[in-house]
Amino acid sequence: MAGEASTKPPADSEHHEAQTPPPGEPINLIAFCCNWCSYAGADLAGVSRLQYPPNVKIIRVMCTGRIEPEFLLHAFELGIDGVLVCGCHIGDCHYISGNEKAEVRINTLKKLMDMIGIDSRRLRLEWVSASEGTRFAETVKDFKEQIEKLGKNKIYIAQS
Amino acid sequence: MSAIDELIEDTGAFDCVECGKCTSVCPVAEINSEFAPRLIVVKAQAGLEGLAKEKDIWSCLTCGLCNDMCPYKVDFTEFIRGMRSEAVIHGALPVCSKGGLLQTMGRIMTSPELKQNRLSWVTDDLKVAEKGDIYFFTGCTAHFDYIFEEREIKTSGILVAAVKIMNSAGITPAVSNDEVCCGHDLNWTGNEEHFEKLMEKNLEVIKASGAKQVVFTCPEGMRTFEFDYKDIAGDLGFEVLHISELILDLIDQDKLQHKDLDGKVTFHDPCRLGRHLGIYDDPRDMIKETGAELVEMERSRNKSTCCGVSAFATCEASSKQMQIERLKEAKKTGAQKMLTFCPKCWLHFKCSTWKKFPGLEEEVDIPIEDATIFFSKTLE
Repeated sequence: MAGEASTKPPADSEHHEAQTPPPGEPINLIAFCCNWCSYAGADLAGVSRLQYPPNVKIIRVMCTGRIEPEFLLHAFELGIDGVLVCGCHIGDCHYISGNEKAEVRINTLKKLMDMIGIDSRRLRLEWVSASEGTRFAETVKDFKEQIEKLGKNKIYIAQS
Repeated sequence: MSAIDELIEDTGAFDCVECGKCTSVCPVAEINSEFAPRLIVVKAQAGLEGLAKEKDIWSCLTCGLCNDMCPYKVDFTEFIRGMRSEAVIHGALPVCSKGGLLQTMGRIMTSPELKQNRLSWVTDDLKVAEKGDIYFFTGCTAHFDYIFEEREIKTSGILVAAVKIMNSAGITPAVSNDEVCCGHDLNWTGNEEHFEKLMEKNLEVIKASGAKQVVFTCPEGMRTFEFDYKDIAGDLGFEVLHISELILDLIDQDKLQHKDLDGKVTFHDPCRLGRHLGIYDDPRDMIKETGAELVEMERSRNKSTCCGVSAFATCEASSKQMQIERLKEAKKTGAQKMLTFCPKCWLHFKCSTWKKFPGLEEEVDIPIEDATIFFSKTLE
């Protein structure tokens, strides 16, 4: 997934068919989870049979440091309502400092999002370790509620 | 006649006599020996096969050095632009620098319900209006503050400086929060559809402001209005003006009082301002007005090399090499500063001076500044 997103599809490809959804349609969330902590955390939430909103689609990446700001902005372009980025706690990164870099990038991207006109609360960074299945489920639940208050993402790129 | 044949016809590429002069001046060919502008034309004549996978059309910087040199006046940059559009239609996936973030931003701005916050750079001491005779088109200059935060330069300073200059001459420029990206980067990476949407939005905004003149600090935006918008929309109904032209006008009319600066500076011609728009003298006259001594680099004016990246379409090893060569050239002049007039040139050069090349720090160590900001210092 990550590799595909870096070679960006052209404007007229199938990826751009975001259209105005009918009212009341459920919100769409994406969670980028790092392989070493958060993806295992999400897995733990699953095997522990914890309930969390099914609106979220999880994308596994090797490290939050791999997530380019472009991936996140591109998700909003496609009409995703909220993007959650989950990684190892600071100091626990499998690659030493990938999560620190992700934090810097995401804080910068939030400022850009506010300028462009996408509410920066639609993007959230959380640290979830492999043992924190409950925390993952709680985070997703909380994030879903927050995004529901904000409403649907208003970006609909017109298609010819 | 196929689209490519039409393109070859329209841009004069048909007249190519394969003399190779384009290759001799091409900054990419200088570093990457497999690249030659001439060969791209030859390949295009052979047909569409392999166009989607063609790498060379994306390596081109569209800097226009070849256009300038060509004895048969082939419009090579336009040819490349057309080829890119065609390549995207045939399924090419452009690998843009910054992962295509700038292009995504452009596409997002076509969204009709977007509520932007693009005037966050306007501080209380600046006088701007919603309507007026002079409209100041800011483009995405302020957005670079955040996209390139790690480079420790504030490109929004260019906008602040420009408004300060206009204010001190008694002009209150119109700016708009509904303005969008000019679409330059989309247009040059093969996305004409969204480019046209951005154009319509911008022309609407400017029309609503009632402006007779539109001032630019970004040559890419100016080029896009002057050529690409006029190509599609015909007469725009307003005059397109570069900030250096405006400053010189104001000085001529005795409206702009300024002090003198000293020091020695050199000027890098951005490709869009110089070879595309043909503005060489105004920036130089403006710099001379500041009282600073202007020294020219070995390659200047229409022979000026490129900053290495254009339209954020490509950033390769050759781009870095080009930046280092250019900075070395600037350093050789003995100037204390290199001025340029393009926010993107500033960013790209900063990329090379920004602790990235251990061992080369001294050779490329020359402060870079935007000429608008430099001029605004004379007002203090």
